[in-house]
Amino acid sequence: MRSTMMRSPIAVGLGQNIQKRQVTSSPNTEDPNQILVQQRLRRPVAPHLSIYKPQITWIGSSLHRITGCALSGSLYLWATAYLASPAFGWHLESATMVASFGALPVAAKVLLKSTLALPFTYHSINGIRHLVWDTGRALTNPAIIKTGWAVVGLSVASAVGLALI
Amino acid sequence: MASLRTTSRLFAASRPMFRPAFARTYATVEPTPSENPKMKTFKVYRWNPDQPSEKPQMASYDLDLNKTGPMMLDALIRIKNELDPTLTFRRSCREGICGSCAMNIDGVNTLACLCRIPTDTKSESRIYPLPHTYVVKDLVPDLTHFYKQYKSIKPYLQRDTPTEDGLEFRQSPEDRKKLDGLYECILCACCSTSCPSYWWNSEEYLGPAILLQSFRWLADSRDEKTLERKAALDNSMSVYRCHTILNCTRTCPKGLNPGRAIAEVKKMLAV
Repeated sequence: MRSTMMRSPIAVGLGQNIQKRQVTSSPNTEDPNQILVQQRLRRPVAPHLSIYKPQITWIGSSLHRITGCALSGSLYLWATAYLASPAFGWHLESATMVASFGALPVAAKVLLKSTLALPFTYHSINGIRHLVWDTGRALTNPAIIKTGWAVVGLSVASAVGLALI
Repeated sequence: MASLRTTSRLFAASRPMFRPAFARTYATVEPTPSENPKMKTFKVYRWNPDQPSEKPQMASYDLDLNKTGPMMLDALIRIKNELDPTLTFRRSCREGICGSCAMNIDGVNTLACLCRIPTDTKSESRIYPLPHTYVVKDLVPDLTHFYKQYKSIKPYLQRDTPTEDGLEFRQSPEDRKKLDGLYECILCACCSTSCPSYWWNSEEYLGPAILLQSFRWLADSRDEKTLERKAALDNSMSVYRCHTILNCTRTCPKGLNPGRAIAEVKKMLAV
C-alpha cells in the first residue's frame, strides 16, 4: 500500500501509471428482482386481531356481526325444522312449545329468554346507530364512543326488561 | 457513538485493542443507568428476512426513561443507537408530517414520533409493525399495494376547461373550506391498517386513507371529473366493504375523520 503511494506521482509523471482498484465486494450475478420475489414469498403478515387494543369501535362492530348471524341463523334453522317437523313427527307447534316452556323452572326461563333477548336488542339498537351514521351524523370520536356505550347500556336494560316479562 | 467511530477508523489496524468494552455489545439493558433510574421495558417485534425460516419474535429492551426523550421514537432511536443496531424501522421528520414511523404501539396504530412513552414503568410497552401488512423487516411494512391503490384513484386535479382569464383555477373561500380535514392527510396508513375490513379485503377494498383521498377530489370544486370518479367507486368492493367500524377515525394520529369522509362518499354515490 505504502509503496504504491510513494511511487504513484513519479509513475504519473512518467506516464507509466496503471490504476489499480482493490476489490471491495464480490460481483452479484443474481437478478436483484429475484431476490425481491423470494423475499416477498416469505414475508410474514404482521399480527392484527390478537394485538389490536380492544375498543368499543371494532368490538361493538364484531358483536353486531355475530349477533346478526346468530339471529338470522337461528331463524333459518327454526323455520326449516318447522317445515320438516311433520315428516319426522316432531312437535314444534306453538301449543306444545308453550307447554314445554311453561314446565321449566323460573331461573331457566329467565336465562333462556335473556340469551334470546340480548342479541336481538343489541343488534336492533346498534342498527339504529348505523342508520344515523349513514346520514353522516354522530361521526366524531366522542360521539362514536358515547353512542357505542349507550347502545350497550340500552340493549342490556331492554334485554333484562324482556326477560322479566 | 459518532466520536467513537471516528477514532476507531483512525486506528483501523489496531481496532480490537482500542475498542472500549461497551462500544458495540448486543446487551439489551441500559449500559450505564442514571441515579434513581426509571427503567421501562419495551417489547419490539423482530423479524429478519435473512433468516426467513425463523419465526417473528418479541425482543425485550430495558431503557432508563431519565435518559430517553419523551416520545416512542426517541426510545426506538436510543435502542438502535445504544442497545441493538440491528433494529430496523422507518423514521424521518420526527414531528408527525412525513408518516414514516407509523406502527402499532400498545395496541393502537399511531406515529411513534407523536406518541408519548407511558410513564408508568411497571407496565411494558409493546411495539408491532402496522397490523396485517407484509413485514419487510422488523417494524418496516410493505406498503406497495397501499401506494398502488392511492395511484388508482387519480389523486390529482382533472380538468378540461381552462379559466376565462387564463390564470390559475380559483375557488371561493367556502369551497376551499370543504377541503379542510382532508388535505392534511399524510398517508401514513395508520387508519387503513387499523380497519378489520381492510385486513380481510385489502386486495380490492380501498381502505379509509385512500377513500378519504377519493373524497378530497370529489369535494374539490375545481375538479371536473366527479362523475368518472364516482363511477370508478360504484361497485361492491371499492367503498362498500366499509362497515362503519370506525377504527380509522379512532386511530388517526392527525386527528382527521376518514369514517365521516367515507360516509360522505357513500352519500354522494347514493344520490
